[in-house]
Amino acid sequence: MRIDSIPKLEKWRKKCQREYNSRKRKIFVCLGEACLANGSAEVYDEFKKELKKRKLSDVQVESAIKTGCHGFCALGPLVIIEPEGTFYTKVKVKNVAEIVEKTIKNHEVIDRLLYKDKKTKERIAEYGKIPFYEKQQRISLRNVGTIDPYKISDYIAVGGYTALSKALTDMSPKQVIDEVSKSKLRGRGGGGFSTGRKWATCAKVDDEPRYVICNGDEGDPGAFMDRTTMGSDPHSVLEGMILCAFGIGSTQGYIYVREEYPLAVVTLQNAIDEARDSGILGDNILGTDFCFDIKINRGGGAFVCGESSALMKSIAGEVGEPRAKYVRSVVKGLNDKPTVLNNVETFATIPVIIDKGAKWFAKIGTKTSTGTKVFSLAGKINNTGLVEVPMGISLREIVYDIGGGIPKGRKFKAVQTGGPSGGCLPAEKLDLKVDFDSLTEAGSMMGSGGMIIMDDRTCMVEIARYFLSFLVQESCGKCVPCREGLYQLHKICAKICEGQGTMEDIELMEKMSLTIQKASLCGLGQSGPNPLLSTLMYFKDEFITHVKDKKCPAGVCRDLIKFVITDDCTGCMACIKVCPVDAITGEKKKIHILDQELCTQCGSCFDICKFDSIEIK
Amino acid sequence: MVLIQINGKMVKAHEGEMVLSVLRREGIEVPALCDHQALEPGGSCRLCMVEITKADWDGWTKNVTSCLYPVEEGLIVSTHSEGVLEIRRNILDMLLARCPNSDVIQKLAEEHGVMKTSFDTLPDSDNCIMCYACTRVCEVLGKSAISAVMRGHKKVIASPFGDAPPDCIGCLSCAHICPTNVILWKDENGKRTIWNKSFDLITCKKCGKETISREFADYLLEQRDIPADYFETCDDCKRMELAFKMGGLVDGAEEVAI
Repeated sequence: MRIDSIPKLEKWRKKCQREYNSRKRKIFVCLGEACLANGSAEVYDEFKKELKKRKLSDVQVESAIKTGCHGFCALGPLVIIEPEGTFYTKVKVKNVAEIVEKTIKNHEVIDRLLYKDKKTKERIAEYGKIPFYEKQQRISLRNVGTIDPYKISDYIAVGGYTALSKALTDMSPKQVIDEVSKSKLRGRGGGGFSTGRKWATCAKVDDEPRYVICNGDEGDPGAFMDRTTMGSDPHSVLEGMILCAFGIGSTQGYIYVREEYPLAVVTLQNAIDEARDSGILGDNILGTDFCFDIKINRGGGAFVCGESSALMKSIAGEVGEPRAKYVRSVVKGLNDKPTVLNNVETFATIPVIIDKGAKWFAKIGTKTSTGTKVFSLAGKINNTGLVEVPMGISLREIVYDIGGGIPKGRKFKAVQTGGPSGGCLPAEKLDLKVDFDSLTEAGSMMGSGGMIIMDDRTCMVEIARYFLSFLVQESCGKCVPCREGLYQLHKICAKICEGQGTMEDIELMEKMSLTIQKASLCGLGQSGPNPLLSTLMYFKDEFITHVKDKKCPAGVCRDLIKFVITDDCTGCMACIKVCPVDAITGEKKKIHILDQELCTQCGSCFDICKFDSIEIK
Repeated sequence: MVLIQINGKMVKAHEGEMVLSVLRREGIEVPALCDHQALEPGGSCRLCMVEITKADWDGWTKNVTSCLYPVEEGLIVSTHSEGVLEIRRNILDMLLARCPNSDVIQKLAEEHGVMKTSFDTLPDSDNCIMCYACTRVCEVLGKSAISAVMRGHKKVIASPFGDAPPDCIGCLSCAHICPTNVILWKDENGKRTIWNKSFDLITCKKCGKETISREFADYLLEQRDIPADYFETCDDCKRMELAFKMGGLVDGAEEVAI
């Protein structure tokens, strides 16, 4: 059905809302990537089958709703039952009959499937009361997990495209840009450049056509914010792009999606098709003179294509290599024409700003970093998943209150923010307020929002080496400092991990890092040494121990460690079972023996031992 | 015309011109390995970095590659500040590790005070600094027979799938433009070999000297308005013919040439 006027959209919205609300009981089954991998598609099918079989009058078959990611990926597959908000974790096919029987039919809550708070050991029934969700404020993720990403009617029912109809009826393009400027929204892709200023500069350039590009080439290790938004609420991204196009006067947009996100491509393409059929995309949007269309471009698997100028080259069909940006992309971007490129999260935030107003948005967060930011928590943390928090929240609140702390009661050691361009912050920095400027000042950066938590079993030299190896593989190789410099830094770092490093090596790394930062062509190289420099800034002792004492305090670097079974061994045989090379022998309740000749220093025995009777020497 | 300041001296520059081109005109020496007048600037060697600032930047400075930075009114450029020299030294240090046997790099490094690389050198280096001059000139000629493949440190200049490049016409532009002379070629017994591809050479009808490859000649004839027999004689013979013509000795030309 093609909507050719704004009043008709509002009429359609009423119909969508009626339909959306008619389902008295809703069973939301998360079909995000993490839950899918744990079998949520089968759970969803089972719900449909079960509901059909029982012919429950007030719960229709459709009320099992496929949703995108709820964010609490550590506990998937997740099932939420509305209107009560009952939140079931790790649901399996065999639980479905019981849920329908008890919860749907008899309004009973199944305790066993509820979330259990790690601290209080209490079971929490309601979605909103779980600490993981309680401290969050969801703007960019507002619809994620509550609507079916494959239905435009769901998005419209929850207020989607309201901002667009507002802009088209009451606002001029300049007013749209002004509103974004006033909200002080800063780009969520990592750079943190003012979105309003970017749009305003592009709108002023006297050249045509102008392009809108959405950067969905999220490639930082451990980051999956944009994947979730594109896969779970694709229309919010489209609406943000349409508003941008209206503001700057563009008729063509592109979404550049990372090759590794096939599900996002499917949901986005479906959303584009639906929007086109409904008259929200394409010629004469909602019956006005405004025309704009969007095309999806799939990346080829290169990290550097997330860099804006390389991305534009890739869209143009050239090799994805960056160019010097002394003339900015807002002036000469895609095909040398003025281009606005923003990240997925930035675009997803725009409709809310236009809808609720810049003033409302600017009140959230801090003065210079307004609004909320989505982070993906990964690594050694209890609650792995996606969180959206107001800017200015402390790292401690994210790690301990929302993230639920470190598993197995281990000690927090560092948090890596900003991906390969960011850095590692130590425990002393846990009270740091998370915003663009504080993170940069502390030697890391906001980046796109990846957050990898590390415990005391993480070797910081090895972490620096890991990030360098990532960058060596992903450097495009166009300029000397990034190609040769990072390669040499990685070689030296690996040497230190093997116990072959010298103090001069550390000095050389510091010296060369500065040149790489200053002399590289694009952001990848310029920020490439950051993970190394920040670990050198906060964990230099660990580097020195590797060099001088030839020891790895965290017990990770295999050439520098030896595992030893102490006299405290209770003879539980747990280590014998996990040892992959059968290096440990012994009998029950007798001290076990580790054969150093066979041992490969993998650390499995150390990690499994409950009695701390394996030492790292 | 815009006015910029270079190392304390006011200099006039053309609008839209790059800083490096002004430096060249003013005779200020700045190393630049990937730069060539026949090519668009590439910005890959990073040696032509300079430090820029402006009067209203509050003392803030920025390092930019002069080959790619367009001049602006009031730009203040220093080409030999300590910061810039340090960057050049370190980049040459990295290049020396990659190309330890290249005399071009060795000489340039020595000139900048880098006698020995601080890093482990690359075993069996081919001395290529990956400046893309060869692929860019091939593109300018309209052929793009070779290109850079792989990425990062593994990046190399290669023909498609490592085979003899189908589009190569044996013009040798890549070999001649290479700043470190690493592209090998051979003319022997009327044949030219480059990139594992063999070409027939044209022999001068008058003196019998080998000139350019047949494919190159055909390509030029197709691209430009040139007489069909233009490449049948060598440049020397053509010059001689012209000289005789100008001296009114048209008929004698052939005899003397032989």
